[in-house]
Amino acid sequence: MAEDTGTLGRSAPVFKASMQWRRLKSHFFVVLGLLSVLPGIVALLVLLVDVIVQGSGWLDWQFFTSFDSRFPERAGIKAALFGTLYMMVFTMLLAVPIGVMTAIYLEEYAGDNWFTQFIQVNIANLAGVPSIVYGLLGLQVFVRMMEMGRSVLAGSCTMALLILPIIIVASREAIRAVPPSMREASFALGASKWETVRHHVLPYALPGMLTGAILAAARAIGETAPLITIGALTFVPFLPEHPLDRFTVLPIQIFNWVSRAQSEFHHLAAAGIIVLLVVLIILNSVAIYLRQRLRTRY
Amino acid sequence: MAEDVSPFSHYPPRSDMSSRASRRFKEEAIRYVLLATATLSIVTTIGILLSLTGETLFFFREVSLVEFLTETEWTPLFAIKKFGIWPLVTATALVAFIALAVAIPTGLLIAIYLSEFASPRVRDVIKPVLEVLAGVPTVVYGYFALTLVTPILQEFIPGMRIFNALSAGIVMGIMIIPMVASLSEDAIGAVPQALREGAYGLGATRFEVALQVVVPAALSGIVASAVLALSRAVGETMIVSIAAGQNPTFTLDPRVPIETMTAYIVQVSLGDTPFASLEYRTIFAVGTMLFFLTFAMNIFAHWFVRRFREEYD
Repeated sequence: MAEDTGTLGRSAPVFKASMQWRRLKSHFFVVLGLLSVLPGIVALLVLLVDVIVQGSGWLDWQFFTSFDSRFPERAGIKAALFGTLYMMVFTMLLAVPIGVMTAIYLEEYAGDNWFTQFIQVNIANLAGVPSIVYGLLGLQVFVRMMEMGRSVLAGSCTMALLILPIIIVASREAIRAVPPSMREASFALGASKWETVRHHVLPYALPGMLTGAILAAARAIGETAPLITIGALTFVPFLPEHPLDRFTVLPIQIFNWVSRAQSEFHHLAAAGIIVLLVVLIILNSVAIYLRQRLRTRY
Repeated sequence: MAEDVSPFSHYPPRSDMSSRASRRFKEEAIRYVLLATATLSIVTTIGILLSLTGETLFFFREVSLVEFLTETEWTPLFAIKKFGIWPLVTATALVAFIALAVAIPTGLLIAIYLSEFASPRVRDVIKPVLEVLAGVPTVVYGYFALTLVTPILQEFIPGMRIFNALSAGIVMGIMIIPMVASLSEDAIGAVPQALREGAYGLGATRFEVALQVVVPAALSGIVASAVLALSRAVGETMIVSIAAGQNPTFTLDPRVPIETMTAYIVQVSLGDTPFASLEYRTIFAVGTMLFFLTFAMNIFAHWFVRRFREEYD
């Protein structure tokens, strides 16, 4: 029996040679694994260095305080900065309460039935819808049907729907991390469901929810396509003063400059990218800080 | 005595029936408010479906579905209008194919390396890099493709135009790497430790455990991550709008300007297209196609994981 038992059946030198080769493959794979990280790291470094080299010379006070212009040396991001700020304020005012309330419902109230399942599957699917499709939704529903026009408010509503799944998922995780003993103690003292949620679950889940909200905001700030679709402007020589005014945002301003042929505008785009990335780095750092604090608390 | 220092003093008194009833009413009301907000996600989906299909139906009243699916020219913005979707579809497929050719091997290698080979210290370096890559806005990747990658490609490849599918595809691939890596890593992480230990016990090397035991066991999750990556590549907009061009050409040549479905929607949106015109409706027809394509892929990915998951418990 057992004519061929693989390496066991072979003589020692043959086994040794094949073993060496087998070990070598492991080492080879480690090198391959490290190499596969390289494109990402190289791309990131090259991008950062290039943006700084191309753009930092254009980052002066005038760049922050001027509107866009046909003359690159006079162009700035004032309208884009304020547009992004206004849009984000409304977006977060809409998305955070709705997202948190949905998360509370799903975690604390919902029964284990088909309707709950349906909502969950639906949220998972919404997270996978391309952002430009949200733009078409916003164009049809907010801009046309609700007659908001191509305004800050229409942009905020669209963006709020886009980041809602992110906020819901993060808030649910934060609520789930609150130990059940907290709720039981509260119920034992005669508190009602809402009193328990309001006074015990929410305070504990708050840092986690905040982290999720900040990451969602970071996503929304960098998002371009849905706002182009609803018709945010690419050339805005004024500040929006009313939620129904037209507007532009930082990524669209960058897109506008990248799309121009003259290389001066590419420098402006690089300068805009530096500003955008700095904002995102600050937001992510705050999120990481909050996450760390949360971790040490439990 | 000392009623007001009781820890319960901020709760309403419970003695009389009316306040108990009002408390109950408040609880119920809150439940329904929360339920209403949770239903908003379903309303959103319905809103997407209705706003897409409504305008699309109007579109197909003027343009025949046969023309849409058989013509190979897409010129809705020209004097002689032709409505063949194929140039947009092949362009989208071409860019997505290039992106996946970059993202899937790299992302999968990173996932296997991180979960089976890397030391915790190396992980702590690589994971943040991936997170940063995933957080870079797509418009920035577009700038990267157009102003950095394209000039380099033009050095090496003759006939490379300023706007092309290759540059956009490569950069999109880099953008998708973190997604493939993290989804595949989740799938690999779900493979029970006992399986690895069994293989080591039989004398397998690290390489053999990773490639012959762990990867096959996680295959359903890995395939799902590839399909989700494809869905992401098809729906990605800004990189292709900036770097791949706005010329709907029926070609698979990665060196020439093309126009993807998403880039077409952007092109029309940038112009001043009046509501309810045929041009306006084309973007909804294209958007509907885009939505159902990505929706089918997302559903397939989730179904595939559930259907072909290896159960070990």
